[in-house]
Amino acid sequence: MTDMTTEQLLDVTVNVNGVPRTASVPARRLLSDFLRHDLQLTGTHVGCEHGVCGACTVLVDGKPMRSCLMFAVTAQDHRVTTVEGLCDAPDARPCATGERMNPVQQAFAECHGLQCGFCTPGFLTTVTAYLEENPAPTQDEAREAISGNLCRCTGYQNIVKSVLRAAEIRTERLGEDGGEAGYAAAPAARHTSSSANGGERA
Amino acid sequence: MTTQMFGAPIRRKEDPRLLTGGGRYLDDLGQHALAAAFVRSPHAHARITDIDVTDAVDVGGIVAIYTWEDLPGKVAEPLPLLIPHPTLTHGRTGYALARDEVNHVGEPVVMVVATDRYLAEDACQRIRVDYELLPVVVGIENARDGAHLVHEDAPGNVAAHMVQETGDVEAALATAPHTLTLDLAIERSACMPMEGKGVYARWNDEDGELRIYSSTQTSTGVRAAVAAKLELPLAKVECIAPDVGGGFGVKIMHPWPEEVLVPWAARLLKREVKWAEDRREHFISSAHERGQLQKVTVGFDDEGRVLGLDVKFWHDNGAYTPYGIIVPIITSTQLLGPYKPGAYRCEFWSLYTNTVLVTPYRGAGRPQGVFAMERTMDAIADYLDLDRAEVRSRNFILPEEMPYDHGLLFQDGRPLKYDSGDFPASLDKLKKLVGWDDFEAYRAEAEAEGRKVGLGIGCYVEGTGVGPYEGGHITIETSGRVNVATGLTTQGQGHQTAFAQIVAQELGVPIEDVHVTTGDTRKMPYAVGTFASRAAVMSGNAIALATRNVKAKALRIAADALEVSEDDLEIVDGVVQVKGAPTTSMPLGTVAVLSNPLRYAFDDAAKAATQFAGTFDPDKPPVADDEEPGLEGRDFYSPTQATFANGMHAAIVETDPVTAEIRILRYCVIHDCGTMINPMIVEGQVHGGVAQGVGGALYERMAYDESGQLLNASFMDFLMPYASEVPHIEADHLETPSPLNPLGIKGAGEAGCIPVSAVIASAIEDAEGFPITSMPISPVELWELRQRHETGELPSLRHHHGQHQTAAAPSRDQEPTA
Repeated sequence: MTDMTTEQLLDVTVNVNGVPRTASVPARRLLSDFLRHDLQLTGTHVGCEHGVCGACTVLVDGKPMRSCLMFAVTAQDHRVTTVEGLCDAPDARPCATGERMNPVQQAFAECHGLQCGFCTPGFLTTVTAYLEENPAPTQDEAREAISGNLCRCTGYQNIVKSVLRAAEIRTERLGEDGGEAGYAAAPAARHTSSSANGGERA
Repeated sequence: MTTQMFGAPIRRKEDPRLLTGGGRYLDDLGQHALAAAFVRSPHAHARITDIDVTDAVDVGGIVAIYTWEDLPGKVAEPLPLLIPHPTLTHGRTGYALARDEVNHVGEPVVMVVATDRYLAEDACQRIRVDYELLPVVVGIENARDGAHLVHEDAPGNVAAHMVQETGDVEAALATAPHTLTLDLAIERSACMPMEGKGVYARWNDEDGELRIYSSTQTSTGVRAAVAAKLELPLAKVECIAPDVGGGFGVKIMHPWPEEVLVPWAARLLKREVKWAEDRREHFISSAHERGQLQKVTVGFDDEGRVLGLDVKFWHDNGAYTPYGIIVPIITSTQLLGPYKPGAYRCEFWSLYTNTVLVTPYRGAGRPQGVFAMERTMDAIADYLDLDRAEVRSRNFILPEEMPYDHGLLFQDGRPLKYDSGDFPASLDKLKKLVGWDDFEAYRAEAEAEGRKVGLGIGCYVEGTGVGPYEGGHITIETSGRVNVATGLTTQGQGHQTAFAQIVAQELGVPIEDVHVTTGDTRKMPYAVGTFASRAAVMSGNAIALATRNVKAKALRIAADALEVSEDDLEIVDGVVQVKGAPTTSMPLGTVAVLSNPLRYAFDDAAKAATQFAGTFDPDKPPVADDEEPGLEGRDFYSPTQATFANGMHAAIVETDPVTAEIRILRYCVIHDCGTMINPMIVEGQVHGGVAQGVGGALYERMAYDESGQLLNASFMDFLMPYASEVPHIEADHLETPSPLNPLGIKGAGEAGCIPVSAVIASAIEDAEGFPITSMPISPVELWELRQRHETGELPSLRHHHGQHQTAAAPSRDQEPTA
C-alpha cells in the first residue's frame, strides 16, 4: 500500500468557465472534487461516483463528460464548462430574480423540469451540448437525449418537455443574436482519456 | 386586485437558484471541515473479535480514529427506538458504532476523521477488523423458519406480531358462496435519492453551542435526538436542513449513526466535521423497503362483493427496528383501499433478517397492501368472469357513506376513518381516459398483428397528513417583506413556492415579497417532519392559520391609524386600503413600522415609529396590554386524524411473445388529493411517483446472496429507470376537498408510486393469461413463468379474455407535443 504521508501534489490548471484556474492537487483528485472542493464550484453534483447517474456531467471542450470518471490532471489545459458557466453563455438572459439563464435553464424553469435539483446540473450541461448537435429534436429524440442521466424526482416527463422548450427558446435567441454560434460549439482541443468518456451504461 | 395565487400552476421560486448552480446541498457546505469516513462490516452477521488500527495512524492527515470503546455515555448506548408500539415486543436498534456484533453488511464499525476524505478512506483501508462469523438469515422464508436467529433474544426472528380485526372473519369465510386464496410476494427496493445522506457539524466552543446541518427530512428530530445523545441542552443545539437532494422517506429515519457521531466528534475535536455518504454506503447502510410475503383468503358472493377478507403477511424489517413497525401497520390498514371488505382480519409478523434495515420508502407499506388487495380483486373478477372494473365498483365505499370508519387503528394510533372521496367518479374518469371499454377491440387488433397486450388497473386510498402537528410563523418587515417559517423540511416538493402561494393569497401580497424557510430549527423549533404526504396538509394549513392571525393584527393596527373600522379594510397587493376607497390606504410595511414602537430611529421607516413622532394617547401604553410588538402571526395545525387521498391507475402493456420483454404502452392516472395549491407541482409529484413505481414493478430489487452480500449495490447493477424506461404519464385530477382542514387539502407526495406494481401485474396477467403473483417481474422471470405455464405447472386464468373481434383501437403511446 502506498504511503500517503508524502502524497505528491501537482499544479493543475484548467480553463473553467472561460477562466484559467489552478490548484495543487494529488494525481488521484477527481475532476468533480477539483471543481467542487478546490475551486468551490459546487453546482456540479456527485450522485454515484461511478459514472452511471450523470449528475456530475460537465462539458469538456464542449462535450459532455462525467467529471467523477475523470482526474483533474486529465483536464489540464482543457476547457471545462460547469452549470455555473452556462449562465455566461451568449444566449443566456437575466430572469426576473436576476440570475442569468441559458435557454436550457430557462426551459427547465418554465416546464417544472426539476424538483430537488440535485441531478439537474448534469441534465442542463448534457442538453446544452445536445442542442448544439440537434437544435430541433423530436419528442422521441429529446427522450433519447436525456436517457443517460438519472433523475429520481420528476419521472422525466417534464424534462423531455424542457428539452423541446429549450430548443424553441434557443432558436428565438439565436434570431435575436443574429445567428451567433452557441456556447459549447468549439471543437475539442486535445485528447481526452478514454475513461473520461463516460455516459455509456453496459 | 391581487392575482389568484392559490390553485395556480405558477413557476417555482426556488428554480432560478437551483438552475444556476446556487443550490446549497450538504456537501456544498463546510469546504474546510474535517472529513469522516467509516469502516463498515463486510459480513452480514458476525462477532467482532479484534480491531487493529495500527497501520492507519501512519496515514498523513489523520486526526482521529474511533471505535465503540471510545464512545462515552449515551453515545455508546443503542440508538433510540423512535416509534415504540405495544406489539413490537422485540424491538432492537444498533449502536452508532458496532459494539461486539454486526447484523448486516454495511454496519459502521470504526470512524476515521481526517483532513480530507481521500485520506480518511486510505486510513479505513488500513484498519483490520477480525470477525467470528455467525449464521446468516437472509430472506423472509429463512427468517420465518427461525432455524437461525438474527438476535439471540428475539425468538423466531419475530420483532412484532400484530392482529387487527373487524367483524367475524371465520364466520364470513365459512358462509361465503365462494372463497379464494392467493399467495403473493413483493421484493425490496429503496428510496435512492440522488443525494445520499450527509451531516456537517460545527461546534462553537466559545459559546458551547452546536450547529448541525443534515440532509434530513426532520431537522427538529435530529436536533432533539443529538441533544439527547450528547447530553446538551436543547437550547444549545440547532439543526438546519439545507437544500436536500431527494428523500423519499429514507431521510425521515434519524438519528443515523453518522448524525450522532459527526457532531460528537466535532465537539470533542473542537473542529468542524463533515460526512457525505457515497453511493455504496447508501445501498448498504441506509434503509430499504417493500419486502413482504402475503397470504390472502377472500370470501365473496356471486356478484363479486367481498364478504370476508383474511390477510396474513410476513414483513422483512431488516436487522433493526429503529422506526418501529410503521410500514407493516400501514400495509395492514391501507390494504383496504376504496373498498368495504366485509369482515376483515389482518395478521402480520415483522421479521428480522441480516440485511439493511427497513424504514418507510415513498408509499410506505401501501404498495404492498394495494398489491394484495388489487390482485385479489382481479382474482375475484376472473373467478366469476366479471369485468375487473365492475368488481371494484361493486365493492366501493360510496360518497354518501363518507365519513367511513373501518373500525381499525391507523399508523398514527387514530381511527382509520376516510373523510371524503368519490371513488365511482374516479373510476369513470379512469375508464374514459384509458379507453377501458374499447380495450378488447384493441387487443384483438394487436393479436391479429401477432402482438400480446394487456390492460391493468389498480386503486388505492392513502392516509395523508398525519399529525401530531406543524406550525407556521409569519413576520412582516418594515420593507413589506413577508418572512414565512415552518419547521418541516423540503426535498424538492417546491415548498418555497406552494407555501408562498398560500400566504400571498391569504394576506393579499405579491408572491415576490413572500420568503419561505423550512427545516431550520432557529426559525421554527416546533415541527415534526416531512413524511406521509403531510407537508402541504400540515404546514400549508398551519401557515394559512398564521397568515390569518397576522392579517387580523395588520387590520387592527391599520384601522386604528386610518381611523376606520377593521371590517372596512382589505389588503390588496401589499397595501391595506378601505374597500371601495383605495386612496385611504397604508402599505403593510408601514403597518409593520407602527406595530413596533421604537426608541431609536435606524432608518427612515423606523423614524415614524419613534416616541416623538406623531401623536398618541398618553393614557395608553405604547404596546396595548393584549398585543405584542411586531407584525407577526403564529399558529399550529393539529388534526384529529389523517385525511385520505385516493387515486386509480390503469396501464396497457405489451409483452414480447418471444423475448418476454415488457413494455408499458400507456399509463393513465386519476388522482384526487383534494384542493390543489399548485397543480403543476402536484402533477410533478405524480410523475415522479409513477416513475418510482415503474422501477419497483419492473426493474428494482435488492439482490442479496445467501451470505447477506448485496450483489447489486451500485447504479450500474441496481436498475433505476432512465427516461427510456418511464412511460409518458397521462394524468387527470379530481378535487374532492377534505372537510378536515381549512384549505381542503390532502397529501400528494407518495400517491404516484402506490398502485404501480399492482397495475403492471394486472396488465401482464391480462396479456399472458396466467396469474402474476410476485413483483417486480423481469423478462427472464416472465419467460420462466411462460415455461411453467406451458408445462401445466402454472394454471391459466379461468376466463382469459383474448381472441376477440377487431374494432377501433384506443390511442396509444402518444405524447402531446410541447
